[in-house]
Amino acid sequence: MPLVLVGGLVFGFGLGFSHMARPEVVIDFLTFEDLGLLFVMFGGSAVAGLAFWTLPKLRSNAPLTGRPYGRRLKPFDRKVLIGGSVFGVGWGLSGICPGAAYASLGVGNWPILYALGGMFLGAYAQGVWRSRRAETGTAVPSDD
Amino acid sequence: MLADLLGSGALGTLFPNGISRYAVGGLLVGGATAAIYAGTGIAAGASTFLESSLSYVSGQSRFQQYRPSRDWRIVFTVGIVAGAAVYAVAFQGEAWSLTGSAWLTEVQPWRLFVGGILVGIGTRVGKGCTSGHGICGVGSVSRTSLVGVATFLLVAIVTANLVAAAGVGP
Repeated sequence: MPLVLVGGLVFGFGLGFSHMARPEVVIDFLTFEDLGLLFVMFGGSAVAGLAFWTLPKLRSNAPLTGRPYGRRLKPFDRKVLIGGSVFGVGWGLSGICPGAAYASLGVGNWPILYALGGMFLGAYAQGVWRSRRAETGTAVPSDD
Repeated sequence: MLADLLGSGALGTLFPNGISRYAVGGLLVGGATAAIYAGTGIAAGASTFLESSLSYVSGQSRFQQYRPSRDWRIVFTVGIVAGAAVYAVAFQGEAWSLTGSAWLTEVQPWRLFVGGILVGIGTRVGKGCTSGHGICGVGSVSRTSLVGVATFLLVAIVTANLVAAAGVGP
């Protein structure tokens, strides 16, 4: 947990430092005014990729949790395309994504609360809808 | 600084604010993800927090499935908020911030709110956001994530340009 906290601190500091927490900068990127965010995404994934690639070769599991080292792989289906498209419209319209929104709040940009409120509403709506479908479709017992 | 060297010519038009802030920020974001992974084996994404935190207030099965991870996700998010606050305090009014670090977005509230709803739905249906797919997934060379990133990036570019072309203010 302390490591997750420190990691979060550095993560948030990085998002602030890179200005990705600022919707205007994201919108400038998406409209090709300033392509700098490419360095955030590719720089970030390259460094993370190094860890995801080398650590599993050195050890089988993580020292603090004993969790096995694995890559972040998720099964591909239509939902990736549908969800990705919906997310894309939202990102393009608002210029903010979840991690950057948390950071933006930390910077003191309170109007981002509109976006955070929207994100929780959206996540709640899809969750309720999918929970219902799961229950009626495959008769999974409800928790409540 | 690298940014000054790259501050003129064609690169200057592509990167009017230089690249150093972006590169340093990216290294920090990637380094933080790598450190968490190294210690815990967790591929930390940001958007699952939206659903896992709802498990505190809703019994829906979709949210309850995230109970095991909801605590560290809150810690991670608190860290992000606090880390950004440290940045804002440390670099208040510094030369390499756009207009000083204390800024409020001028993007209109309806865009933030409606966009936020779509981000909330889309990231959860699409199995990841810019950090989960973009950093962890691309870092894992996951084909699902590469397709996911290509999808949301392309759609976002089209959307942002349409919104700009429609003459919508900030």
